[in-house]
Amino acid sequence: MTPDTPTDLDVVLSSRARLARNVAGIPFVHRTTDDQRRLVMTRVTHALDAAATDVEPLDWIDLESTSSLDRRVLYERHLISRPHADATGPRGVAVASDAAMSVMVNEEDHVRMHAIAPGLSIHDCFARVRRLDEAMEPHVGWAWHHQWGYQSACPTNVGTGVRFSTMLHLPALRLTRELDKVRQAAKDLHLAVRGYYGEGSESSGSFFQVSNQITLGNSEDELLDVFLTSIMPGIINYERAARQALLKRDRTTIADRVLRDLAVLRNAQLVKADEAMRRLSMIRLGICIDLISDVKLQTVNTLFHEIQAGHLQQTAGTSLTQDESRAARATLLRQRLGTS
Amino acid sequence: MKCDQCNRPAVVHQVIISNGTHREIHLCEIHAAEAGVPNPGKQPINKLMAKVSQPVQTAVMPTCPTCDTTLTHIRKSSLFGCPDCYDAFAQATRLIIESVQGGADQHVGRNPQNIATDNTSRYESKRLVEELDRAVRAEQYERAAKIKAKLAMLAEQRPLEDKSDDS
Repeated sequence: MTPDTPTDLDVVLSSRARLARNVAGIPFVHRTTDDQRRLVMTRVTHALDAAATDVEPLDWIDLESTSSLDRRVLYERHLISRPHADATGPRGVAVASDAAMSVMVNEEDHVRMHAIAPGLSIHDCFARVRRLDEAMEPHVGWAWHHQWGYQSACPTNVGTGVRFSTMLHLPALRLTRELDKVRQAAKDLHLAVRGYYGEGSESSGSFFQVSNQITLGNSEDELLDVFLTSIMPGIINYERAARQALLKRDRTTIADRVLRDLAVLRNAQLVKADEAMRRLSMIRLGICIDLISDVKLQTVNTLFHEIQAGHLQQTAGTSLTQDESRAARATLLRQRLGTS
Repeated sequence: MKCDQCNRPAVVHQVIISNGTHREIHLCEIHAAEAGVPNPGKQPINKLMAKVSQPVQTAVMPTCPTCDTTLTHIRKSSLFGCPDCYDAFAQATRLIIESVQGGADQHVGRNPQNIATDNTSRYESKRLVEELDRAVRAEQYERAAKIKAKLAMLAEQRPLEDKSDDS
């Protein structure tokens, strides 16, 4: 395994590696009492503190005493899941200073740690969570079975407990109506395809999260190699070919589409979140195929977080009505994208 | 939950509904055998589930002795109740896991650090060598030194493990 620098940023928005772990001797979260959940939090935070001498320290956030707005912002940043944000009872999350790694406590499993990074960079993500897992383990004791490996509430996570995923931007495959082929290929290879916010979310702005479904029977490194070599190059090259085909077939039409979307967002006064995601997706495509040169890719990538309702309210410092939220989103987009 | 007739853990739980009255029986494996009551944990899952679904007045509900989760609940929610459920419903666990894990029935990969099997240490050595390479490339020499120390410890343990395997 070699360290990776982020690559394929034109198609891969981000990479993610996740480990599911449970504390030995305590029922899984959905069967625990509040006292048992507090015990889990005590054991895990102790392990995190002890691990901080070997790995980076993380900031602890007690979600039970955190406002719904702050929980929503954490969710929009992919640091916690929607169920974790909306749940009640003792639970929390530990977050790295760069907001690129977090440890959810008392979500579906006692512990779910994940790291995220731009582009195709799963090796680095996995190395980061593995270091944390190894540093925590002597201080907490994970539930482990001689046959089934690391035990999880859900049988789909048993064994290694590892889940690799990439957030792919596939606007050309969507425009050419070839996404079904990708879905079928992924299904055949035991890979799951989900939306922008993971399980249960619709694909928004042509973003698709692809992840391994099998966690048992192969080592972590073997699972990662299979994930990276079996389908990732194929999907990335398929999307690139679709982009070139669009340009070759009708450059004017695709240029009109992406520049029109840019013009709308540079001038609109009220913008819904869905509309913003859809138009930003096309602008991102325009940047990647050199039809737009005065907007940076990183600007658009950041906007996908910043235009969400929670982020807008946090920036405003007050709750916003629907119209106020749409106006604030439009203002932000005009500022970031520059007026024409 | 304890057996109605002794202090051993109950493994058979029956709910008997007769003439509108409801009665529960909890028996350990020995007393269940003496009473002629079959232990559902030792039956194939299809027979067990068939029995659960039969419209009879006596329902057998196997439960995990640690967390009281029933097999029916696991099948409905697709979630185990606690780590002990894996062995409490051993046959069902195998069927459930194999069905969602592409037929795999044995963990391969990293093990907890306190469970030092030969395979574990070989895997660990390979991984540590890779990590050492990354640390040196990144010029993280303190980390590299720690990894080297771990590798040395593993190398010392290996002959002992090999010897114990031969005995």
